[in-house]
Amino acid sequence: MISINLLALFYLISGVLFILALRGLSSPETSRQGNLFGILGMSIAVIVTFLSIGNFSTSFIYVIVFLLIGGSIGAFIAFKIPMTAMPELVAGFHSLVGLAAVFVAISAFLNPEAFNLGFTGNIKLASLIEMSIGAAVGAITFSGSIIAFLKLRGIMSGAPIIFPGQHILNLLILISIIVLTYFLCTTQNSNLFWSLIAISFLVGILLIIPIGGADMPVVISMLNSYSGWAAAGIGFTLENTALIITGALVGSSGAILSYIMCKGMNRSFFSVILGGFGGTDQISKSNNKEQKPVKSGNSDDAAFLMKNASSVIIVPGYGMAVAQAQHALREMVDTLKKNGIKVSYAIHPVAGRMPGHMNVLLAEANVPYDEVFELEEINNDFANCDVAYVIGANDVTNPVAKTDPQSPIYGMPILDVEKAKSVLFVKRSLSPGYAGVDNDLFYRENTLMLFADAKKMTEDIIKSF
Amino acid sequence: MEIDPFVFRLSIFILSIFVGYYVVWSVTPSLHTPLMSVTNAISSVIIVGAIIAALAGNNENIFNEASVFGFLAIILAAVNIFGGFLVTQRMLAMYKKKKK
Repeated sequence: MISINLLALFYLISGVLFILALRGLSSPETSRQGNLFGILGMSIAVIVTFLSIGNFSTSFIYVIVFLLIGGSIGAFIAFKIPMTAMPELVAGFHSLVGLAAVFVAISAFLNPEAFNLGFTGNIKLASLIEMSIGAAVGAITFSGSIIAFLKLRGIMSGAPIIFPGQHILNLLILISIIVLTYFLCTTQNSNLFWSLIAISFLVGILLIIPIGGADMPVVISMLNSYSGWAAAGIGFTLENTALIITGALVGSSGAILSYIMCKGMNRSFFSVILGGFGGTDQISKSNNKEQKPVKSGNSDDAAFLMKNASSVIIVPGYGMAVAQAQHALREMVDTLKKNGIKVSYAIHPVAGRMPGHMNVLLAEANVPYDEVFELEEINNDFANCDVAYVIGANDVTNPVAKTDPQSPIYGMPILDVEKAKSVLFVKRSLSPGYAGVDNDLFYRENTLMLFADAKKMTEDIIKSF
Repeated sequence: MEIDPFVFRLSIFILSIFVGYYVVWSVTPSLHTPLMSVTNAISSVIIVGAIIAALAGNNENIFNEASVFGFLAIILAAVNIFGGFLVTQRMLAMYKKKKK
């Protein structure tokens, strides 16, 4: 048994270690140490919680057993998951945090004495509000993440689901949540508590279904943020500093990532949330102008162009992840480097389905991180480079974003691929990208289209070299 | 007049948001995916609440209606803690510098 003040100090130490864990991520060298700080912080929090209870009864053994069951499932997933599946894994993990928050809130509601929150039917008002917020945000995080998971996994179509009156319905539901919370606080009626959770689950679903596949980087960051606010809500309920600090950190982290992703697409957070972007109707509109001349080539042409180049910039996108082409790509780059060609990688902020997705895949393929550059760092270099090799990216290279105010992607920061002397564009067909916009780059004088699967084409180029 | 402890917790919360804001802006964009997985792992510190909830049952009745939710939350949070930290570790181990 340790004193309540000592306990609070240990939770504070945990919180500080979590801050250091995030701080470590400012560079890859310090990041691994940062992760260890995180693990240490978590261990301290769990151990002192055990010590604070001190009553090592039979239920304690069950706690350890359940912890180990969950732990082994988690460890198994962590080792087995392919790097291309990171977006859905993170979405899945978010849903677990959300559900755990709901369960803790339910448990606190049913047995408030255990948490010093008052008595059943007479819970302290502040605690009741805090646990309602924790439970509601947790439930929204849970069901929203499940939808995001299903969309990312391809079980559910990535196309936005829209119906008339959707936004009004969402608004009414949000109002009903506030009303329910108010009556819950005045009557302490448990049925209201259950309704609150049920409605929050519904909100999570309704919130995510109208958002299309290309906006997933925003969704996943947003849910990250929600999971933090849910944790903070529970932290206030349990009067636990570690949870409050962590919740605030995670909440702001997710919010910043959402902001960066929105900026990368030049869209407002609201327009993403309201959804409907990248629907099928937009794609059909652009189908009628496929008559323009296009130069297409094969792997020999591509290899020839690269052989005569002195610098090449690789532009990877989601298509590279789908085709699992990152390893083949690295081999191709090795071949180029052997021939004395300078190679770098250019990553758009919203390339892939989650923030930093491409960087992880390239790291997996043993690409050194100091060859990989962000948009602002590398964009001026396209003008001096001989070949740009676009593999699986589309909308983020479309010059229309700079020239056509009518275009839905107008104003989006893009990689200035068209400034390269020649552009090699690997793609299966001329179909437009997720934004449903035809890419002007396909029809440029200096563009050579390579119609093939990204991995197959990259391997063929290696052979032709 | 004493200050309500809630105010202190609120202060910690608000200050942590600011700390989070500055710390996260300093995270290099190439590590944004590990950032998401590690924030996921640390937000599972909610397990402390789950443990308290689970241990609130008495010896005759380990699994009462309140503690069952605690046990379930322990499993969920444990999946996240182990899964989150380990997958982050796995990703970070892949980030290498150019061999000179």
